[in-house]
Amino acid sequence: MRLNPRWINKLVTWALTFQAVLAVGILVAIILVIFIKGAPHVSLGFIFSYPEDMGRHGGIFPSIVATVLLGLLSLVFATPLGVGTAIFLTEYTKESTFTRIIRFGVESLAGIPSIIYGLFGFIFFVIKLGMGWSLLSGTLTITIMVLPTIIRTSEEAIKAVPNNLRMVSFSLGATKWETVTRVVIPSAMPGILTGIMLSIGRAVSETAAVIFTMGSSLRLPTSLADSGRTMAVHFYILAREGISLEKAYGTALILVMTILIINFVAYYLMNRMVAKYS
Amino acid sequence: MDSKITIKGLNLFFGKTQVLKGVNLDVYRNRISGFMGPSASGKSTLISVINKLVFFEEAVRTEGSVYIDGQNILGNGLSDVALRKKVGTLFATPIPLPRSIFENIAFGPKLNGTWKKSDLYAIVEESLTKAFLWDEVKDRLDDSALKLSGGQQQRLCLARTLALKPEIILLDEPCSGLDPISTLKIEEALAELKSEHTIILVSNNTKQIARACDFVAFLYLGELIEAGTTDKVFTYPDAKMTEDYIQGKFG
Amino acid sequence: MGKPHSSRETGIKWLLTLFALSSLLFLFVIFAFILAEGLPLFVKVGPGHIIFGMKWAPTKGHFGIFPMIVSSFMVTFGALVFGASLALACATYLSEYAGRKTKLFLKPALELLAGIPSVVYGFLGVVYIVPLIREYLGGPGFSILSTSLVLGIMILPTIISISFDALMSVPAGYREGSLAMGATKWQTVYRVVLPAARSGILASFILGMGRAIGETMAVIMVAGNALKIPTSLLDPLRTLTSNIALELAYATGDHRSALFSTGVVLLVIIMFLNLVANFWVKKRTAR
Repeated sequence: MRLNPRWINKLVTWALTFQAVLAVGILVAIILVIFIKGAPHVSLGFIFSYPEDMGRHGGIFPSIVATVLLGLLSLVFATPLGVGTAIFLTEYTKESTFTRIIRFGVESLAGIPSIIYGLFGFIFFVIKLGMGWSLLSGTLTITIMVLPTIIRTSEEAIKAVPNNLRMVSFSLGATKWETVTRVVIPSAMPGILTGIMLSIGRAVSETAAVIFTMGSSLRLPTSLADSGRTMAVHFYILAREGISLEKAYGTALILVMTILIINFVAYYLMNRMVAKYS
Repeated sequence: MDSKITIKGLNLFFGKTQVLKGVNLDVYRNRISGFMGPSASGKSTLISVINKLVFFEEAVRTEGSVYIDGQNILGNGLSDVALRKKVGTLFATPIPLPRSIFENIAFGPKLNGTWKKSDLYAIVEESLTKAFLWDEVKDRLDDSALKLSGGQQQRLCLARTLALKPEIILLDEPCSGLDPISTLKIEEALAELKSEHTIILVSNNTKQIARACDFVAFLYLGELIEAGTTDKVFTYPDAKMTEDYIQGKFG
Repeated sequence: MGKPHSSRETGIKWLLTLFALSSLLFLFVIFAFILAEGLPLFVKVGPGHIIFGMKWAPTKGHFGIFPMIVSSFMVTFGALVFGASLALACATYLSEYAGRKTKLFLKPALELLAGIPSVVYGFLGVVYIVPLIREYLGGPGFSILSTSLVLGIMILPTIISISFDALMSVPAGYREGSLAMGATKWQTVYRVVLPAARSGILASFILGMGRAIGETMAVIMVAGNALKIPTSLLDPLRTLTSNIALELAYATGDHRSALFSTGVVLLVIIMFLNLVANFWVKKRTAR
């Protein structure tokens, strides 16, 4: 007996709806669990006090500082490099073998798993260059890791700037660089900021590449040579070594909230970018 | 009469396609010259040689020369940037930069190193007045230029060009998207501006050319068919083709 | 006036060229150092000993990572089994069935979720999935099954997002044409839309695989990290990535080299996957 196509259609619609709800449900459940389990352990005291007894008690203030420092410092290096590369690829060259090679390099960097960055940062910055487990080693490693994100988002944003704005700028006697800095970059700014936000997000959530380059000292990092433990690393250690389930949930909540806020801002900026040109 | 621009034996190729064919033409100082012709006549390409924006296209090659005040701009003597400070351009559609009215006009002067607010303000007022826009926007100079109507935007773009005090102003079908009243305002502004500038107006609207221009050049498929005073070309054209075009038989 | 401008412009162009070259330089340095640390051991004990060796006791001269290679592929495959069909169904629903409002809400929501740190997935795996498996299915709970589940969930946002984009880029005319000929919605989706978006969907699977095979910390938490080839879904295992992360902090000498050798193998696998994914993406954009 042949099944009626209309029946199959109905059946499949239900099945797809169910799976969509399931997939979204799982992801939402993850957030909910973290919020519900974490909320009782989060307070101002938790955010602003120092950990005691390996993190069994106390707060996560040094980890918050380490996370912020790592995120911001890696941007200081990655933003000019990434945006500069994007400007080069879009404004200063035509498509050629050379740009294809550079794009291949960027794509390859994007595909390298974070543990490889960890291995590389460990052998190169920590050992060979003698920087030790430090904020600097971590920063440089993360800089390379987030570079492709910044390049790709900036490139997209710059490409979206209408070409006639460039022509107007040139017609008014601007040089190429003046056109880039005064017309192209300001117009592409929301998109570039999106890339920057996403990169901070990656720095904040990264564990494997950070733990082997920045180490896991619980002290407050006060110089580039200091080791530090980011929230993600702290959370990993708390959870893996079974130090404290409560503190782990609390840290996870702060971590997830930070990421959600960062991604939300990135998404908002991206929408502004889209709205501007459509 | 005094030539501002002299074009000699100009050929232009996009790859293998020849778009301008041996154009010889004089453009006179402090006059409005009209370039007319049907689409693909090369009239817009011709002015984009004068401001050298055509070289942003792929695979462009030129032969011949274009002299401004006796200097060949296709040679190496003059940088593109310096040229474009002499030659202002108004495009077919108004293209305001996504910033305030004030900042749109101040864009050029700032490139030239004028940063003092009071100096800029003086330039903005003068330019907007010359473009017949000052009265309409003087109370909202900090508003986004994108909020203006199409006609206002085109006059803003004219003012932005004027702020650089260019010797030559190129207008590439500046009224193609505008209503009759806005068009008239632009034409009025041009009539006043010719005392200080040399103006080239590209248009496929023969009536506008007849109204606004002192001289006219008719191009067809990259060749200059005929050039002369507007009176002469519109009353006794030498070429049959010019007559047919003026009478609207093609184009 | 023209000259100072042009020399400054040339300087800027050179600087930007250097910036652009930095990505290539980084890629080169990364490869150089991983290979410089990892390859000598291949020469010393022979590639066969490492790649096909069954025993990992690096302090005693055994550097076999074959069980880890197999385990890495097993959990990656497992992740696809759990994640790919669910994600594709979700993407199909979003692009073909969901209303405009649902689309506008769910797509960004999913992208927000893509940023959840992998350690959080791993942790929830330990707390919820591992005990469940231990209780109802037996074994230690730390297993292929639990790892595949965690990775499967983790790659959902990646696959959904990319295959959604691929589905959305199928021209509306394709659908209208099929519907106009009397096909049902599902027939249209199955016979017209999905085939048209095929290469994009495949690329999303491969990128998902890349994410799964490269994941480290979440896997360490739920895999149990045992040193043999798992023979049942409930056996614990150790992947290439977790092998590196578990021992890097204290390894020295040949032991450390062996971890870099593990990295070399991982890198080769990843580069291969990327090449394949790039190939598919290129094919998609070329059309």
